[in-house]
Amino acid sequence: MTTPTETTGSARPEAATAAPAKRIQGRSPGRIAWDRLKRDKVALAGGTVVLLLILAAIFAPVLTALFGHPVDEPHPDQINPDLGLPKGAFGGMSGDFLLGVDPTFGRDVFSRILYGAQISLTVAFLAAGVSVLIGVVLGAAAGYFGGWVDAAISRVMDVLLAFPQLLFSIALVSVMPNSLLGLGGTALRMGILVLVIGFFGWPYIGRIVRGQALSLREREFVDAARSLGAGSIHILFRELLPNLVAPILVYTTLIIPTNILSEAALSFLGAGVKPPTPSWGQMLSEATRIYQADPTYMVVPGLAIFVTVLAFNLFGDGLRDALDPKGN
Amino acid sequence: MLVYLIRRLVNVVAMLLVVSAVTFGIFFMVPKLTGTDPALLYVGKIADKVAVEGIRHKMGLDKSIVEQYFLFLKGLFVGRDYSTGVDITHCSAPCFGYSFKTEQEVWPVLLDRLGVTASLAAGAATLWLVFGTATGVVSALRRRTLLDRFTMTTALAGVSLPIYFTGMLASAIFVYQLGWFPHDYVNLGDDPVAWFQNLVLPWVTLAFLYAATYARLTRATLLEVLGEDYIRTARAKGLGERTVIGKHAMRSTLTPILTVFGMDLGALIGGAVLTESTFNFRGLGYEAVSAVSSSDLPVIMGVTLFAGFFIIIANLLVDVLYAVVDPRVRLA
Repeated sequence: MTTPTETTGSARPEAATAAPAKRIQGRSPGRIAWDRLKRDKVALAGGTVVLLLILAAIFAPVLTALFGHPVDEPHPDQINPDLGLPKGAFGGMSGDFLLGVDPTFGRDVFSRILYGAQISLTVAFLAAGVSVLIGVVLGAAAGYFGGWVDAAISRVMDVLLAFPQLLFSIALVSVMPNSLLGLGGTALRMGILVLVIGFFGWPYIGRIVRGQALSLREREFVDAARSLGAGSIHILFRELLPNLVAPILVYTTLIIPTNILSEAALSFLGAGVKPPTPSWGQMLSEATRIYQADPTYMVVPGLAIFVTVLAFNLFGDGLRDALDPKGN
Repeated sequence: MLVYLIRRLVNVVAMLLVVSAVTFGIFFMVPKLTGTDPALLYVGKIADKVAVEGIRHKMGLDKSIVEQYFLFLKGLFVGRDYSTGVDITHCSAPCFGYSFKTEQEVWPVLLDRLGVTASLAAGAATLWLVFGTATGVVSALRRRTLLDRFTMTTALAGVSLPIYFTGMLASAIFVYQLGWFPHDYVNLGDDPVAWFQNLVLPWVTLAFLYAATYARLTRATLLEVLGEDYIRTARAKGLGERTVIGKHAMRSTLTPILTVFGMDLGALIGGAVLTESTFNFRGLGYEAVSAVSSSDLPVIMGVTLFAGFFIIIANLLVDVLYAVVDPRVRLA
């Protein structure tokens, strides 16, 4: 969006021909994008839901204290001992247990969904950070330097995209030790998830950034910088990177929902955080056993994933349209 | 064309070698780093030292990792012998080794499971390719109408739904509530009708997910193509709208779709992990998940390599098809 030719727009011919009574106000590209985004109601709704979800995850302890029960506290009185299923209808939903209780233990589903959101969002955001970091650095380097650097990095991206990612991820997570570098339990598991998901995600960002860098390096402002004596590192990070902010922002927003789905899928297959730490995928995996008798326990985490991913997708789509200089 | 094909084939072999080396490295190195002994995984924890050493020698686990990798490659192409010094077991090519758990050869198991996964993938792929692109085209041509908005909203919802959720939801409604479909996989050869009935629900569920992506992609690409100069030229020389869309625009719209299709189909044949787990189909993906939970390294290796093979081959086919579909692509 911030191409250098646009920033010198003060001397545009339109400004001269405009009626003198009305002052033409220059709007920065960021301002234009923000104005467009404000008019996109669907994207705003998505963004609002995303914001609420993040807040809900951060304030999970407060919310569970107010409206729920401690996350790992069993409530055997809510469970029918013969079936191992909640006594009440709809998974035991009641004023006391807003989203019902889970089978076998009778733990509060409302609390577990909230704490699951913490895991899901933390992993998704951090993994997106890993992908963006590797993708931007390697993608920009490939596009800018060209030659063998480009050939090597592009080949690595091809190989990574040819990997059966999900299979590989579950296998990789399962051979990892239970404690590493002083980390253990949930923290280690989350760290592994972040690295695995983030690592397989970077080629998607890398490809986009490479393509952009490839066309940007031929532009005059890069020549100008070089003739002023700027080094490669300066050109990469100070000249090229600012011009890549828009696509990076958009793809980061769109890679987060993909990561949420990946984390849920890995947890569903038993390669996520270990119980009793709750996660949405793991709840769905437990639900496979009992959904014929008690569909509620499947619907609640399923809807949680759906709403979260949809909200991010809506916001990301809107952001892309808003930042697109060709849009109207 | 021939030169291009040969170059691509060399590329394919190189990619497969890299994929196999990385897979091999990770799955045989990581246990070493974490202190689990692959030989122990074979014989179980209660075995005595002599038995463990025997297995280690027989499976070649006492050799260096590089040597082991080359033995593995040799097994893939010409087969290999496992010798304890007394008796020799021959494993003919392509030899993926023996399962830690069942002590059976991996390759026949892979072939057997492939049938299930291929049945699942083929049906679903046909459905999603036809319905996904058709929806996308209609949506693009009727841009900003109610129909466009409706299909695109549905598509966005489809992209945001995990298959194990829609799969369970569909089963809960159509199998358990309404009783319209049975829910066990039957081989095509055993009973074609039952095979079909069992697959309808997984096909539709899986296809819905992918069709959503394809509809979005088709719509976006077609809209972009319709803005290009050669479309204006085609219209200007008086061609009918049907020819402009069908013959001129669709050709270049199909290229990116083919790319994604190749990747998706390849990945799916290598194991529809989530779908198979949801519907309890014993395909490649199901096999991989159960192998992971029992640390059965040779099976994990086998499925991963097999899957990588399909993805790479699918990509090759796609690149060749490019030249057929898009007249702008000239292979050299």
